Amino acid sequence: MSEQRQKSERAAVRSILAGFVVAVIAAVVFMVEYALDASTQVLGVALLFAFGGIGYSLTAWAHRLMPRGGEVEDRKLMHDPEGEQQAAADYFRSRLAGVQRRGLLGGALAAALGALGLAVVFPFRSLGPRPGDALRRTDYAKVPRPKLVTSEGRPVHRDDLPPGGFLTVFPEGFEGSANAQTALIRLDPDRTEVQAPTREEWVVEGYIAYSKICTHAGCPVGEYQQEFQTLFCPCHQSSFEVLRGASPVLGPADRPLPQLPIGIDEAGFLVALGDFDEAVGPGWWTRPKDGA
Amino acid sequence: MIARLARYIDDRVRGGEYAKKGMSKVFPEHWSFLLGEIALYSFVILIATGIFLALFFKADWSDTTYQGSYAPLHGVEVSKSYDSTISLIFDVPAGALIRQIHHWAALVFLAAIVVHLLRIFFTGAFKRPRELNWIIGVTLLVLAIVEGFAGYSLPDDLLSGVGIRIGYSIAQSIPVVGSWLAFLVFGGEFPADEFVSRLYIGHVFVVPLIMMGLIGIHLFLVVRQKHTQFPGPGRTNDNVVGERLWPTYTAKSVGLFFLIAGVLAGMGGLFQINPIWLYGPYHPDTVTTFAQPDWYMGWVEGALRLMPSFRVEAFGYEIPNVFFSGVLVPGVTFGLMYLYPFIEQRLTGADRREHHLLDRPREHPWRTSLGVAILAYHAVLLAAGAQDILAEMTGASINLIIRTLQVLVFVLPIVAWVVTFLLCNQLQQADTYGARKAALRRREEDEVEVGSGLG
Repeated sequence: MSEQRQKSERAAVRSILAGFVVAVIAAVVFMVEYALDASTQVLGVALLFAFGGIGYSLTAWAHRLMPRGGEVEDRKLMHDPEGEQQAAADYFRSRLAGVQRRGLLGGALAAALGALGLAVVFPFRSLGPRPGDALRRTDYAKVPRPKLVTSEGRPVHRDDLPPGGFLTVFPEGFEGSANAQTALIRLDPDRTEVQAPTREEWVVEGYIAYSKICTHAGCPVGEYQQEFQTLFCPCHQSSFEVLRGASPVLGPADRPLPQLPIGIDEAGFLVALGDFDEAVGPGWWTRPKDGA
Repeated sequence: MIARLARYIDDRVRGGEYAKKGMSKVFPEHWSFLLGEIALYSFVILIATGIFLALFFKADWSDTTYQGSYAPLHGVEVSKSYDSTISLIFDVPAGALIRQIHHWAALVFLAAIVVHLLRIFFTGAFKRPRELNWIIGVTLLVLAIVEGFAGYSLPDDLLSGVGIRIGYSIAQSIPVVGSWLAFLVFGGEFPADEFVSRLYIGHVFVVPLIMMGLIGIHLFLVVRQKHTQFPGPGRTNDNVVGERLWPTYTAKSVGLFFLIAGVLAGMGGLFQINPIWLYGPYHPDTVTTFAQPDWYMGWVEGALRLMPSFRVEAFGYEIPNVFFSGVLVPGVTFGLMYLYPFIEQRLTGADRREHHLLDRPREHPWRTSLGVAILAYHAVLLAAGAQDILAEMTGASINLIIRTLQVLVFVLPIVAWVVTFLLCNQLQQADTYGARKAALRRREEDEVEVGSGLG
């Protein structure tokens, strides 16, 4: 062995050893740090060196001190020209020839398996209720004339929202309801010229209420942009014009946000007069087209 | 000690012949053949860290009041899923580290799968006899995406809750069966409490089990069919040139596992990922701005955002907008991916031969430019998944960004296609030119030798 090679081999051994030593030290450090309740960062770095040291040394060992490539192995093609396949097929057929009444009993077996296969599909029906009209109605339909309340259950008084204000409300008793979440807006008195398809009779003292569920993919239409009078969905950037019946003006949404009929009761609290004028949220195959 | 154990076992199962044959197997060498191994080892790390996480996580959406050591959430009403994840992060020693390793491993896993798939595609490694393994591989990609989505949806934080809501809307959009499908999968109208246990069992048991089975078949087929190799001196369609499994390849591969584990541990320790304590718990009426899914969902998110506003209505029935972006776009992508080997075989004149030597991408300009065009298409979709952030960064209006990306999603793939095609031809010409020059030089040298011999 030449002196050159001996030298490079010694260098290789040194660096591989160093990797393993680093791994041992790092593993010990990890144990100590864990016992001392050290931070995530410190623990992670200790593991980095514990795993990394072993990884480095194994790789370097393979590269520098193990037999290297150039080995050749023969490869048989997967498609065999010698007819192994045919021989196997013939064998299976010849064994089958000894099975009696194949046609009748085989057919019966297939029928039984088919029936069983159908039967085991049935329990999947247990996974969920029948959709029925659940998608057409919201929690507003469950009580007559519910007060509009905040997520903490506080009723909204006619003086609560300043013009230009925005609040998320629910029917009383259904705070946090996923399907009845409502964007309540008090319009700016200087800019209240609402247009179709807004239902003007449902705008009271500047208050207007729309479903807060985006008609695109169902995200909450979380942002009221007062300067543009639009409701904006941060998920996919659909925008709805508040003064024009919440019609979509930007983004993928293809349908206005349904409007909630609202009024003000004797004590001055906002109430819902019924459910939304249409099914809320994204569409589906049989969504009713002319109001819920 | 090891020898005695091996002898003990072999005396009872007589496996020496198999072991010897197996361990003398030859693997060809190329850095790009490690991509699949990176995916495999990330999966191993996902299983290991995932088991630890599963011991602390509660799949329960019922309410509780947070009382752990993370002060900003004190007294907040949260679900038990969220509560258990937060206490895993802040109160379980090494919990935060292992959770972050798990999340980073998932991101690296998906990335390794995608890059591995690109390597297979661009080198033509899907050709006969490997069409079956291509199909298994694409299925693994689909399952990995589902698995990743289910995983980051589990903690019931604000970001993931909105993601589940979108998933529900997409299920509901499917023609004819949509509302039934959504109700059966999600356990009723969104948000039904039953869903979290389904998500959990899906994420920790059903999907990983199927993946393990498919990975087993995937690897078995690689062993059975033997790995492809790039053409080169001594390499033919009837042999494999490389390193034997024992000991060099084993040491390298195990070394790679430790390197990946080390890198993931370092990332998990140093780089914060999915900080659900900052997002807060999910409530159906709240949402974060600038929300992005994990990167492998970004292209679907981009499709959802870029789809123009329309729906299809006929005879009183409706196909909502999200069906096109959320079902059709990924459906077409994966459908074409599954079919690609067969489409190419048909188009290239029914090439039924077995291929064990890999293609150089430049020598197949049609395929290569198609691949780059598809990449460009997905790159635009991925960018669209962050269009609100793009608008914020560039100061352009969101409207302008949407319109620009809507044009780019068609134009950029075409440009990419043409450029790649020309580039492939250029490279091929350069190759022939280089080869001719080399041949000429050899001939000149020969002539000189011949000349001197005469003299």
